[in-house]
Formats: sequence, structure tokens, C-alpha cells
Amino acid sequence: MKRGITALAVITGLMLSFALYEALVVAPTERTMGDVQRIFYYHVPSAWTAFLLFLINFVCSVIFLIRRNTKADILALVAAEVGVVFCTVVLVTGPIWARPVWGIWWAPGDIRLTTTLVLWLIYVSYLVLRRFSTSGQTAVVAAVVATFGALDVPLVYFSIWFFRTQHPSPVIGDGGSLDPRMWVVLLINWAAFLCLAGLASWTRYLLEVAKREVEEAEALESLYEGSR
Amino acid sequence: MSFLAVTRSTLSKDIRLEWRSKDAINAMLFFSLLVVVIFSFAFDPTAEESRRIAGGLIWVAVLFAAVVALNQTWARELRNQVLDGYRVSPAPAAPLFMAKALGNFLFVIAIEAVMTPLFVAFYKLRALGPAWELLPIALLGTWALVVNGTFFAAVSLRTRSREIMLPLLLFPLSIPALLGMVNATTAVLSGEESARFWVALLIAYDVIFTVACLLFFETILEAE
Amino acid sequence: MNSIHYLYAAYIATWAIHGAYLVILARRYSRIRRDMERLKNRK
Repeated sequence: MKRGITALAVITGLMLSFALYEALVVAPTERTMGDVQRIFYYHVPSAWTAFLLFLINFVCSVIFLIRRNTKADILALVAAEVGVVFCTVVLVTGPIWARPVWGIWWAPGDIRLTTTLVLWLIYVSYLVLRRFSTSGQTAVVAAVVATFGALDVPLVYFSIWFFRTQHPSPVIGDGGSLDPRMWVVLLINWAAFLCLAGLASWTRYLLEVAKREVEEAEALESLYEGSR
Repeated sequence: MSFLAVTRSTLSKDIRLEWRSKDAINAMLFFSLLVVVIFSFAFDPTAEESRRIAGGLIWVAVLFAAVVALNQTWARELRNQVLDGYRVSPAPAAPLFMAKALGNFLFVIAIEAVMTPLFVAFYKLRALGPAWELLPIALLGTWALVVNGTFFAAVSLRTRSREIMLPLLLFPLSIPALLGMVNATTAVLSGEESARFWVALLIAYDVIFTVACLLFFETILEAE
Repeated sequence: MNSIHYLYAAYIATWAIHGAYLVILARRYSRIRRDMERLKNRK
């Protein structure tokens, strides 16, 4: 296990370095926005990765509700946490990109960024629930909340979509049509970020398994202490 | 007993209990008045902008007052171990949820009935669009807040900082509903647009989450 | 601000966020190791 993680860490480091080089040097400069457009190679793959992780959380939550499989619960927690990290990156790089290009930090009608914000809020509240829960069945409750979140997402999307038709505003992050060379760089960066997500998730997973073992051992210990 | 029968008896019991100790009701109504007054100081009613965002102001005021009310939802049941009784009994939990949600609904509607005339008076509001549309908007919007609010009040029971956990869970999920209520109200007040899409969105939201809450309430109840 | 600085800010922010998370994970890992050692020695 340890060797697997080390190997993945090395691969991730190499991929990220290569992807960085591609993004900064190899990718052609965009005509209208200039070099600032290169933020795109970090912003978009982070968004795709975050959405993928949240999808994994939803699937694992449903599996857990049906089968009550502990592994599904741990994976759901891990996916949510790493997903929030990537989502934070999206919400930070988005406005940094918007400011020089559009002159504004945020556009409420921007459907993608606003939906991402709501997703971030939902999953942060999910993580807070998991941390603050005193129930013995936190996993079940959290899985239900995750399901509610998933039900909410299409509603969020449509409500902002309609809002935008009434209040037109600049669309942040739209580079127009993509030069095929840019597509390649984009996909390379996505592959690198997926490696990073995998590394973080695997580490977090092992950490959670260890944490639960310790908690169980400590609970058993206090039982023995009590009966003495 | 049928679903409707259980719901109705639970609901009437709750109403009777609340009515007997009018303290809670009176406190909430006074709180509603306070909220409107605070808003009128914070957002100058004579400014043209305030009239344009009045739709949003009303619903934000209702949202915060509703959270205060929702936090009380299960207090009585907790005090008397009613929930444990429900967990042990074979009775389905859905009617219990429905009764609680309906009770909260009536309570928040009463709060709105106090707040709205005050808002109209303070802000000199006039509906330039079809005013009758405000009634279904109010009903649908209130239900959207109350149905999820009642559900997450139950979820929050077994958490630290219970009172903050409820809005933490409720607010993000309520964002589409909030957009719906506020924009529908603004559309009717300004008369500039049709509220139809927003009402349709509210209906969809209400249906989806009412079904979800009824389906999952038993799971939540048993997870305590 | 010259717009190229925004590019650097975005990339650095990304690394800062990921870095902070990995540091948090590392700290929690060493704490768990200590707890496991403690439990093992107790036995």
C-alpha cells in the first residue's frame, strides 16, 4: 500500500510539472485575452474534477443507503472532502480570471460559477454535518443530505439559467471555440489533476480507516476500564 | 389508521397545544414586527431602490423568522421522548412529518400575515402586476421553506450546535426556491415580467422535496 | 495590475489550496500514528 501511494505521488508530481509546462509554455497564446487565459487550464479541469468527485459522493451515498456498506460511506466522505478542495480552487481561480478580462470579480448570472458556488455551499454544510453529528448513525443521515443535495442541483441550474435570461450578464470562463492544441493542453492538465485527486483521496481514505480503527480501539478500552 | 387520519389528529393536537400556551405565538408575532422595523431602518423605504428590492426583503425577513420558528419544531417531542416512542412503534413516520410540516406552515403563514401589511405600509408597496398571483407565490414559497426546514430540524436534533446546523443545511438547498419566491414577487410587484416560470419552478421544487422528505423521514427518525 | 500577475496569482492560489490540504492530511496522519503507538504500548 505504502509503495502504491509513493508511486502515485511520483507520477502525480511528474504529471503536474509536465502539465504546468504545457500550460505556460506550449499552449498558444489566446488572441483576445492574452496570457491570462492560461488560468483556464487550471480552472476548467478543477471544475470537472470537483463535479466528478461530487458525483462519486452521490453514488456512494445511494449505495450506502441501500447496502449500508462501510466502504461506500468512507468513500463518500473522502470524495466530498477532496471535492470541496477542488471546488474551492474553481471559485478562487474564476474571479481571478474574471477580473482582468471582464473587470468584475463576480457575475451573479454566470450559470457555471454560481452553480459551482451553490454546490460548494451544499457540500461544506454536508462536511459540517458529518463533523458536528453526535448520532451513532452519522453516515446514514449524511447520505440522505447528499441525496437532497443531488436533487437540488438541477433545480439550481434551471433557476440560474432562467435568471440569466432575464438579467443578461457576462459569462465568465467562456473562451469561445477552442483551438485543438488548447484542447490537448486542457486534457493533459485534467489528467494531472485527476492523479492529484486520486492521490489525495487514497491518502484520505487510509487516514479515515485508521481513524475509525483507533476510535473503535479507544471505545473498547474505555469499556474495559469501566468494567474493572 | 390512514395517513390522512394520523396526520390530522397529530396536527390538531399540536395546534391545540400551541394555542393553549399562546406565549410562543405571541413572541413570534412580536418578533415578526421587530424584523420589519429593523429592515425599514436598514433599507430606507423612501429610496426608489428599496421599493425595487422589496420582494427580496420580505422573503429574507420571512426566512429568518421561519428559522427561529423551525428550531422549535421538535422541542416538545424531545422533551417527552415522543420520538423514541415513534421509533419503537410500527406506525409509519410519514404522517408525523406531514403534521409537523403543516403545523409549521400554518405558523409561518401567520407570521407572513403580520409582516406583509407592515411591509406594504412601510414601503408603500403596490402591485403593478396581477396582485392575486401573490397568494399562490406566498403559499408555494412558504411550503418550500417549511418542508425542508422541518426535515432538517429533525436531522439537526442529534448534532452539536443544533440551532446553527438547521440554517446551515437549509440555506444552500433553498437557494433555487429563494430565487423563485423573490423573483416571482418582484415580477408581480413591478409588473414588468411574468412570474410564470418562477411559479413553475416553485411547484417543481415543492413536489420534489415533499416527496423526498416523506420518503426519507423514517430513515432519519431511525438514525437517531 | 498587469494581467500576467493575475495568471501567477491563480496558479499560486491553486497550489496554496492543494498544499494546505495535503499539509492538514499529513498532520492528521502523524497524530493518528501517535495514537496507534499509544494504544499498542498500552496493551
